[in-house]
Amino acid sequence: MASKADSSNFAQAEKRRDTDHESFLAHKRMRWLKISAVLCLIVVISYFLVDVEPRHNGGTWYGYTLGTIGALLIAWLSVLGIRKRNISEGKWSLKAWTSAHVYLGLALIVIGTMHTGFQLGWNVHTLAWALMMLVIVSGIYGISVYAALPRALSNNMREMTRKQMVEGLAALDRQLDSAAQPLDRMEADAVINATQQDAFRAGLLARLTGSYPRCATKRALKAFPDGALNKHEEKVASLLRKRKSQLGQIRRHMRYKALLEVWLFVHIPATIALLAALTAHIVSVFYYW
Amino acid sequence: MPETYRVAIVGSGPAGLSAAARAAQLGMSHILIEKTDHLSDTIYKYQKGKHVMATPSNLVLRSDVDFDAGKREFILDTWDRQIEECKANVRLNSEVTAITGTTGAFTIEIKGGETIQAEAVIMAIGTQGNPNKLRCPGADMPHIQYQLDDPGEYFDEQITVVGSGDAGIENALGLAADPAQRNIVTILNRSAEFARAKPANVTLLEEAERDGRISVRRETTPTDVRDKQLVLETRDGAETIPCDRIIARTGSQPPRGFVEKCGIEFTSEERSAFPKLSPSFETTQQGIHVIGALAGYPLIKHCMNQGYDVVEFLNGNADLKPADEPILAEKFSALPGNRSVDEWLEVFRENIVILRELSPLQMRELMLDGSVAAFDAGDVIFVRNDPGSSMFAIAEGSVSVEVNPADTSITVPIGRGSIFGEVGLISGRRRGSTVRAAEPVITLELSRTAALKLLATAPTADRAVRQITIERQLLQMFGSGLTPQDVTEMVEAAEAVEIRAGQNVIEEDADDTDFYVIQRGSMIVEKTIGGKPVFLSYLPAGSYFGEMAVIDGNRRSATVKAAIKSEVIKFPGDAFMRLLERNPKVRERALADMASRRQINAFVEERKESFSGAVDMYSETAKFLIDNGIGEATDVLLIDETLCVGCDNCEKACADSHEGLSRLDREAGRTYAHLHVPTSCRHCEHPHCMADCPPNAIKRGADGEVFIDETCIGCGNCQRNCPYGVIRMDPKPPKKPSLLSWLMFGAGPGPGEASYSWRKKTAQKKGLEQAKLAIKCDMCAGIDGGPACVRACPTGAAIRVAPEKFLTFTKLAEDVD
Ligand SMILES: Cc1cc2nc3c(=O)[nH]c(=O)nc-3n(C[C@H](O)[C@H](O)[C@H](O)COP(=O)(O)OP(=O)(O)OC[C@H]3O[C@@H](n4cnc5c(N)ncnc54)[C@H](O)[C@@H]3O)c2cc1C
Ligand code: HEM
Repeated sequence: MASKADSSNFAQAEKRRDTDHESFLAHKRMRWLKISAVLCLIVVISYFLVDVEPRHNGGTWYGYTLGTIGALLIAWLSVLGIRKRNISEGKWSLKAWTSAHVYLGLALIVIGTMHTGFQLGWNVHTLAWALMMLVIVSGIYGISVYAALPRALSNNMREMTRKQMVEGLAALDRQLDSAAQPLDRMEADAVINATQQDAFRAGLLARLTGSYPRCATKRALKAFPDGALNKHEEKVASLLRKRKSQLGQIRRHMRYKALLEVWLFVHIPATIALLAALTAHIVSVFYYW
Repeated sequence: MPETYRVAIVGSGPAGLSAAARAAQLGMSHILIEKTDHLSDTIYKYQKGKHVMATPSNLVLRSDVDFDAGKREFILDTWDRQIEECKANVRLNSEVTAITGTTGAFTIEIKGGETIQAEAVIMAIGTQGNPNKLRCPGADMPHIQYQLDDPGEYFDEQITVVGSGDAGIENALGLAADPAQRNIVTILNRSAEFARAKPANVTLLEEAERDGRISVRRETTPTDVRDKQLVLETRDGAETIPCDRIIARTGSQPPRGFVEKCGIEFTSEERSAFPKLSPSFETTQQGIHVIGALAGYPLIKHCMNQGYDVVEFLNGNADLKPADEPILAEKFSALPGNRSVDEWLEVFRENIVILRELSPLQMRELMLDGSVAAFDAGDVIFVRNDPGSSMFAIAEGSVSVEVNPADTSITVPIGRGSIFGEVGLISGRRRGSTVRAAEPVITLELSRTAALKLLATAPTADRAVRQITIERQLLQMFGSGLTPQDVTEMVEAAEAVEIRAGQNVIEEDADDTDFYVIQRGSMIVEKTIGGKPVFLSYLPAGSYFGEMAVIDGNRRSATVKAAIKSEVIKFPGDAFMRLLERNPKVRERALADMASRRQINAFVEERKESFSGAVDMYSETAKFLIDNGIGEATDVLLIDETLCVGCDNCEKACADSHEGLSRLDREAGRTYAHLHVPTSCRHCEHPHCMADCPPNAIKRGADGEVFIDETCIGCGNCQRNCPYGVIRMDPKPPKKPSLLSWLMFGAGPGPGEASYSWRKKTAQKKGLEQAKLAIKCDMCAGIDGGPACVRACPTGAAIRVAPEKFLTFTKLAEDVD
């Protein structure tokens, strides 16, 4: 068919085809880091320049200004969860969003804290601030693992998909099953214990640390000490060693994935709690006006 | 004296049975001869429950037998019933082995020795061909079979599979899958490696071998098939094994040999050629007709219509208009002049040089695949850099080509009868210049597939297009100022050379001086530095190389080798030299190009001295990408695994922008130095998937994307042909509840591809049609913003790039700085 290609579309596609990998942290030469830094600088300087009576707190005109900016920012930061999942048309890029999210989120430390005028106490207002800080701290953890772990995750995969790792384990188990036939009862039981232990039933702690003290494969290997092994036992021992190393790969994979995801289980619920506390904070402020 | 039939129809596929039904209806004496014990073997062999499509939808069905889209079983039942009802004379279990004689007196030999006499023959044997037989005594024993429909049917048997391709391995694995069947399965491989099979299948087979489920015998061939025994020739001598059943999967012979033996000529030597046919489907062997897939019409509706038509023609109905007449009439109605279909066909055939040798039947087919248009003077036909992959021919009027993007007033005319746009077609890349109608013009646009079919069937067209292509490519490469006369010498001396992947075209330090242009495929340039080959650059189709030695008279400074199977045009260096001498502007241009290439080479060499590690890395990475087929890619997804957190948002985004199925598998695929090439379409320059698509449903779109349109019939050919495994066959999933209702109430499966069970259950509940169709990446064409996988990556790990942009030395400069 004659393609009367829309030339603007084509230009866009050509530009895309001429890109290179660039981390969200470095997006557009750190554009959002610069914007955030300037924002923080303005806030800090104005905090000391602006003289409000009796002293800085959320209730002054300056406090209201920072509060409004902060609340809007929090609302916008929360929208990332939707942006990530709503794959609508348009020129947006989630990477740009994440980049802005991270740097503007960090700027909230300054904006939110200056907004309080360091007047913290045991009340809903401070709760909102504390939740905000919790979200931010978890976010900082998030970007540190995002920066550090992908390399390790990739090295550990060795070009295998998760499914292939699981299949590799299943294949070893089938081989172990038949290799264990000639063994005596005790040894056979050890092998069966090893192959029947579900590799994926692991608690959060085990997942995060990658340490599995009750690993049946490790225990089974103890039943086949080096040296006095016959031909059958030698074969089983070598299969068990392979199983252990395959398990190791799967467990490291699970560990990196868990470390990369666990913080979101704080970041997201805390965001929801923050939004609630923030609403309460704003409503109460206006109510008691 | 045995009865002589008016017509014998060989093959009972949709084409043959429609012909038989027509003959029965007309009361013409006939016989329908079928090799197998059932009608329509090709369709019989479809997967159980397959949804059969009735494309093209605008073509009316003209047959005494019914056909509409539906389940395989329903269609076969209908045909069996209707063939019986219309009292067609069918003879099953009869393989035709030879056809001899002339019009009025043909003798058709049936395997086993019987013969049938007929005045005319219709061959409708399809293109499936015959499976290769074992080449040893006993090859005709009844316990040898060539197909395995259901591996679950066999119990307690000693089964030997012969053949080391995917079909053989899959059969062996299927037979051994369930230990409860207690089969003892052996697979024989003539060589030591399983080189022809997919790596995934080989892995599974090796695993089954280790587990003792399948006995794999390498370097082993069958030498004697006996009852319950098989004699093998192994490396250590003869051996006899027990064997109840043999499954032979050693490929099949296309039917061409048989057809040629009957005295029928084909249009060319090409594998894709078809028999030469008259408008009434008669071959060069008078009295024998060919219809259906064998005639080049691979869709059921075409086949059935032709079965009807050919019998009508035989019955003396000369006025019958082909069933596609209304479609052509509709096509031509857009053109000025009020001519009839036949008149238009003649105008196009007469005026367009490359169509002159086509028969009226071929003309019709070509016009069905092509599109015609009329333009007024000044209208734009296509724009420079459009990625169209079609070729135009001028039936009336002329066009002007804007050869210089900087100055649109410089144009070159192309007149009536000639072609244009052929560069985009041959190399699968972009339009080189804008083309406008110089006066009112009527064009025929041929899709890439239609054009390639034409070139394969019409040798003079092929030669003409090649010449024009070379000439224009030269003119375009060196910009303004050149006329066709300037390059005549080069064009005449040009020679097309096929290059295997990895083969050197130019070798470093050699003293030849030929000059080359890449016609298809791509090249890499390497130089040996410190004893190691270092990657210098990547040259896509349309680039030239070898100019340096011609210009400066030195030895070759680098090696140029094919990244993939390629074709280059070779020009003698002295002809190129004379071209430069005569045209100072071209010389200037060539010198400038050469200088910039030199600069790159010098840069890499200098880096190599100071940053040897970085250069090696760059070189290795380039090699890795080339090894993974990037050399034929135009747009490829690359993931930087130092940035990828494994969130799979790319896959989810893909599914959510395309009816709920992901067309990419992030985890799968190769990785080197943290650069990962996931399983995702690369939009090959010459897509393998397009090669064998019955409804021509695979096309290249406006942004360069290779996509499958709605005429897909779900045959799976493209999936088998894709070497990168990026096409999947799946029914369109039901619509999911909205994101909002998932967020608020947890309705539906959430973002991304829904699980198989959810899709299946929901589709059943809603009573949706579950026809499997081919799906693949379409580069998010038509979606504002471009590929969703890239836009939805939170960390910047996923990009889609053009290889010639990604594989430049600027990467090296950036990485080191
Ligand atoms: C998996 C798959 C799915 C497809 N899906 C569709 C679809 O959905 N819609 C569609 O329109 N098309 C589809 N096609 C294409 C379509 O099936 C074929 O193009 C069509 O069947 C060709 O019809 P035919 O009559 O020319 O030959 P065939 O259907 O191939 O029939 C040839 C017959 O001749 C017999 N024969 C061969 N040699 C001899 C001999 N020497 N003596 C006697 N008999 C002989 C064979 O046994 C066979 O029965 C599909 C193809 C495949 C492979
Ligand atoms: C009050 C401030 C913040 C709020 C309300 C907030 C809220 C959110 C929300 C709702 C998400 C979406 C999670 C999901 O749906 O998967 C998210 C993701 C994220 N946030 Fe924050 N965030 C805040 C601050 C920060 C800060 C300071 C950082 C970093 C320093 C940060 C880093 C991230 C990252 C890296 C993601 C993950 C992006 C992804 O993987 O898609 N956030 N945040």
